[in-house]
Amino acid sequence: MPDGAPTEQRVPGGMVTTRPPFYTGRMSELLLALRNPAAWARRWSIWPLPFATACCGIEVMALGASRYDIGRFGAEAMRFSPRQADLLICAGRVAIKMMPVLQQIYRQMTEPKWVMSMGACASTGGEFNVYATVQGVDQFLPVDVYVPGCPPRPEQLLEGLMLIQRLIDEGKARPSYERAKGMRLRVRQPEKITTLEDVTNTTNAALKRQQL
Amino acid sequence: MAEPGTSADPGPKFGTPGPIGSGGARGISVPADQPYGSWHPAAKALQERFGSEWISPFPLVVNRAGPTDQVCVRVPPDRLLEVMRFLHDDARCRFDLLADLTCVDYLYFPNATDRYGVTYTLASTSLRHRIWIKCFVNDPEPVVPSVTSIWKGANWQEREVWDMFGVRFEGHPDLRRILLWEGFGSYPLRKDYPVQGLGERASYEVLGPESA
Amino acid sequence: MTTDQSSQGIQTGQRYTLERDQQHSDRWVLNFGPQHPATHTTLRLVLTLEGERIVDCIPDIGYLHSGFEKMGEVHDINQYVTVTDRMNYLSPVMNNLVWHHAWEKLIGIELTPRCKVIRTIIGELARIQDHVLSAGASALDLGAFTPFLYLFEDREVIYDLLEEISGARYMNSYTRLGGLKADITPEWPAHVKAFLKRMPRTLADCEALLLRNRIFIERLRGIGYISRQDAVNWSWSGPIARASGVVRDLRKDEPYLCFEPNWDGRGSSPVDFKVPVSDMGDCYARFVIRLEEIRQSLHIIEQLIDNIPPGPVNVSPDEKLLLPDKTEVWGSIEGLIHHFELVMWNRGWELPVGEAYGTVESPNGELGFYIVSSGGRSAYRARLRPPSFINYQVFGDLVRGHQISDVVAVLGSLNIIAAELDR
Repeated sequence: MPDGAPTEQRVPGGMVTTRPPFYTGRMSELLLALRNPAAWARRWSIWPLPFATACCGIEVMALGASRYDIGRFGAEAMRFSPRQADLLICAGRVAIKMMPVLQQIYRQMTEPKWVMSMGACASTGGEFNVYATVQGVDQFLPVDVYVPGCPPRPEQLLEGLMLIQRLIDEGKARPSYERAKGMRLRVRQPEKITTLEDVTNTTNAALKRQQL
Repeated sequence: MAEPGTSADPGPKFGTPGPIGSGGARGISVPADQPYGSWHPAAKALQERFGSEWISPFPLVVNRAGPTDQVCVRVPPDRLLEVMRFLHDDARCRFDLLADLTCVDYLYFPNATDRYGVTYTLASTSLRHRIWIKCFVNDPEPVVPSVTSIWKGANWQEREVWDMFGVRFEGHPDLRRILLWEGFGSYPLRKDYPVQGLGERASYEVLGPESA
Repeated sequence: MTTDQSSQGIQTGQRYTLERDQQHSDRWVLNFGPQHPATHTTLRLVLTLEGERIVDCIPDIGYLHSGFEKMGEVHDINQYVTVTDRMNYLSPVMNNLVWHHAWEKLIGIELTPRCKVIRTIIGELARIQDHVLSAGASALDLGAFTPFLYLFEDREVIYDLLEEISGARYMNSYTRLGGLKADITPEWPAHVKAFLKRMPRTLADCEALLLRNRIFIERLRGIGYISRQDAVNWSWSGPIARASGVVRDLRKDEPYLCFEPNWDGRGSSPVDFKVPVSDMGDCYARFVIRLEEIRQSLHIIEQLIDNIPPGPVNVSPDEKLLLPDKTEVWGSIEGLIHHFELVMWNRGWELPVGEAYGTVESPNGELGFYIVSSGGRSAYRARLRPPSFINYQVFGDLVRGHQISDVVAVLGSLNIIAAELDR
């Protein structure tokens, strides 16, 4: 069957479960469109917010350019306003000074939203194991897909995008307040966010209190 | 005669003429019979103007080919502004370009006597030579006069030295931290500050479960 | 908020809200960035506006500070070259070049002619890479999407060329102390020549699309003017300084690699090229000069690509600076000893104690490393002289009096790379 269920097979040593690739052609496309039209529409129109801080941003631009065209996936509409975007691509290292900005951008995004941590620096801090860099944005944001690489090739980034599409197909578009349950670290949201300084001030105050 | 380009060929002699103190070419070959620096028009002008007792040019490094032609002059902080103004205005010097302003913390350097060496790289667009000026200051209160009145391009560079090393610049119009935030509390590029910081990057406030 | 207050600078505790000023009824403060499509990654500007006209502009930076200079004190000389890639990330190879150039100046070694030619060629490819993206992105910010796509395809071709010799498409880390990571492949010159044929067509297309376009000219002509004296006083360098009439190009004034006379010891003349200089001093001049510099870089590569001298690409292993060839390590006792002398932890390079400043003409300006060596395997202090940081200081003066959409034009014309700005 072109859009089959996982098959099991007895081999010497035990059972082997083979899962079909998550996109197997036109039949599965049609079935998805019929079965879950919302997921189908969402997966083919993921508008990324390239939160490009550093070198990975150039690979995001390369992805938007003509050779590794992200427009094939309906995702060429790179929207820099969080209200208009679905996928936050954290491309590049995040300095501590920038972290509250990133969180505020994430909070402003409308549901459903996904986060892709692109590159080694966003996932773990990368080669910047220094005083000023956040060692992984997943301490502060719920990340869905990690794309390794320094920088990841555009093809890797497309695979990350396809994984997001798979998450959508499998119905994992849960609201972010559900996904964030169990996250250990969060920054307190100020009562009144009118300016960036409010966020920076609370962060500074927290840092002062906890400075070792 | 060894074949040029092979490993047996010693290569061109170090010291084919180039502009004095150049950061690019091999530079001039330093004449061994004269006192060091007397062939540099600006160093000679400095000695004539301020006297040879405390103006003694030295090479930045003495490597396997001898002393380089990158001449450095040590200036105490109280005479810095007049020396800099002379170097900017005098016809033999004409250092109209402040190429670099930085600081080196000589805390663990072998045979160092003073701690902070504020280093100025001056270049001349008309006479095409370079000179380095070092001004040494120490704890507990390292203070150096600011050269922003002579070269406006010293503005942010002095702010960065203040941010990274804690060397204060007297007369700077706006001395505050530039790369890190005001509550950071330490001077990271000092040698007694660890690379991974003192916990600034991990000390965000931990709160209860909340919407991300 | 009066002008005096805003010119004293921002404290992070101050609030910028929409307040009605008694004297100037239209004055308000806008926060531009640090997340904004036109800020080229993380820059922040606090603009005091009167309607659409900018009264004051204060840049706030540091949103990408990653401790590069601190890392220079921890990493080995050949390990840190991977970090230098990430500085000016539009032209990674240029940063590798200048890092090892400064060390070679400190130690006092002379490279082989083949190495010099290859380094010059990839340096010019890096310059083309940088100018292509800078021009494309600044056009993109002004609304011209097509030249960006055309120019980006050429950037992809350069990625292919560099991938062929260095193994990595983008962060190459191609240079090593005393040589290169690996020699070029035999087919590489042919591929480079194919690129040299292709690039002028793209340039002609982009110039036809942009340079005589009335909208483009009106957005850039007369915007962001700086005089020659001010440019030198603010320590400007590179194409933006040359656009203001500063006749200074380090390839001609303080030559290095194949730009100096007698670079191969056999009397070769330096590479012939022209340096475009303008006296207009505005954004349009900077844009045109970048495109013209691409042409000159193509001309430089053309002169060198057919005449790459034969011979070794690394300096002799007797200099004890880099690892010998593996056939020698496994085949001769001297090779084995050289290998151990470098690799064993308590051995390594014997470096002089002292300081040096090595600089090249990067696409952004005078890119230099001021390194202090205390004789160990890593630098005692590795200071990058960041052209973006130094060029950006005067930004407030450049846009004062202009309108808010001119901020984007000026920012694009200065080619500020946040990684080099904040290090």
